[in-house]
Amino acid sequence: MTEHPVHETIDPLAAVSQKVLACMQCGTCSGSCANAFAMDLTPRQLWRLAQLGDRETIFQSKTFFVCSACYYCTLRCPRGLLLTEAMSDLKRLATAEGYKHYGQSAHFYRTFMQTVRRYGRVREMEFMNRYFLAMKNPFAPLGFMSLGMKLMLKRKIPLELPKLFGRGRFDKLFRKVEDLEAKP
Amino acid sequence: MKYLYYPGCSLEGTAREYDAATRAVMTALGAELRDLEDWTCCGASAGEVQGYLLSLVLAARNLALGEGQGVPGDFLVPCSACYLNLRRVEDHVARDKTLLPKINAALQEEGLQYRGLNRVRHLMDVLAKDFKPAEIKAKVKRELTGLKVAPYYGCQALRPYGSYDDPEKPRSMEPLIAALGAQVFSWEMGPKCCGAGLMTTKKEVALELTGAILKAAKGADCIVTICPMCQMNLEAFQGSVSRRQGEPLQLSILYLPQLMGLAFGLSQKEIKLGRNLALTKEFKWKLGA
Repeated sequence: MTEHPVHETIDPLAAVSQKVLACMQCGTCSGSCANAFAMDLTPRQLWRLAQLGDRETIFQSKTFFVCSACYYCTLRCPRGLLLTEAMSDLKRLATAEGYKHYGQSAHFYRTFMQTVRRYGRVREMEFMNRYFLAMKNPFAPLGFMSLGMKLMLKRKIPLELPKLFGRGRFDKLFRKVEDLEAKP
Repeated sequence: MKYLYYPGCSLEGTAREYDAATRAVMTALGAELRDLEDWTCCGASAGEVQGYLLSLVLAARNLALGEGQGVPGDFLVPCSACYLNLRRVEDHVARDKTLLPKINAALQEEGLQYRGLNRVRHLMDVLAKDFKPAEIKAKVKRELTGLKVAPYYGCQALRPYGSYDDPEKPRSMEPLIAALGAQVFSWEMGPKCCGAGLMTTKKEVALELTGAILKAAKGADCIVTICPMCQMNLEAFQGSVSRRQGEPLQLSILYLPQLMGLAFGLSQKEIKLGRNLALTKEFKWKLGA
């Protein structure tokens, strides 16, 4: 597991804890979650751990990466907490800290944004190719081959080779955002 | 009526039939769509995971572009994820006063400024609120009599921002379907989740969700969708879903404007019906009859 960087003065998990501070553990979120069946911690349990700042247990769980952002919990939370956003915050923290066990989901989001940085728009073929490359698993594309074939036959995705080098359309904008986010 | 049209990336690729049908149907209804020039990705579900400010800046760039292009009118957004991301800027800027200067500091790199002048609206909102069912009925050349249509809304067209309809019991599609002469298939799955991006990262989870939806639609002739992600998840994995559920679950899946186009007498080519991945023989036969 990666250590938390020392230069970080504000614990980013604290922002999540703050977001769910008013959670009264009623469990409406868990009861409303379509994906709870596939989670190791229910959303309710996750919010309690966030209140307690239990970083270790939280970042062993895959719960937030099983969230599909349907916003039922946010809609129904009697305390009006922004729970779907809190799930996204956890996805972001887990990705940023480079935990190995989140590799697949992290690669998915990272490679997606790489294609956006380069072209400004998503090119589905290039994005999936980059994703498979990043996963370094020769079998990864197999599960998507039949879909890929269907889409190509319907001429929905162009056949083109990914451009892996060179400057991106949004390099400047992305760098500027990074600078702004680094400021406290 | 004039709209600033933001198609989003999917409508240029896997969902180009949604793009074609939306343009054709809106034109048939007498609306004018002006393409947002130089638009870029809204950030999708990945932007927020990569960086909070980044996701807002990517979406705000498009809103700022619209303001610069001086089109009086609302943004028309057919993709639910794009809709969510563009709406989100307005919501977050209102909640956190420190955000607007940061967003604009970043947009300065692009020579743009976001002020929040245009409303962002989903295609569903526009179809349900800007046109009366009678106006839609007036355009119908071929009533879809006898066709049982299951309205599927998915999540992000409704939650958290879709104030044009009930986020738990949506009904905005029903008068529309009725105006086309078709029959509304009554079910509870309209606002449920299709699994979205989990189809790539956690496939077994998403297949459960699509399985439940396809199962509940048994008895309908088709499901109509208003989101490229919902459409793809429901139409492209019916083989895997059927194997998992142990029963055949083959069903025709169309975008709402495609169904409208059929009733408006548009050709199958105009609404790119040939690009759909799941149209059953029975459905095609009913269309031909």
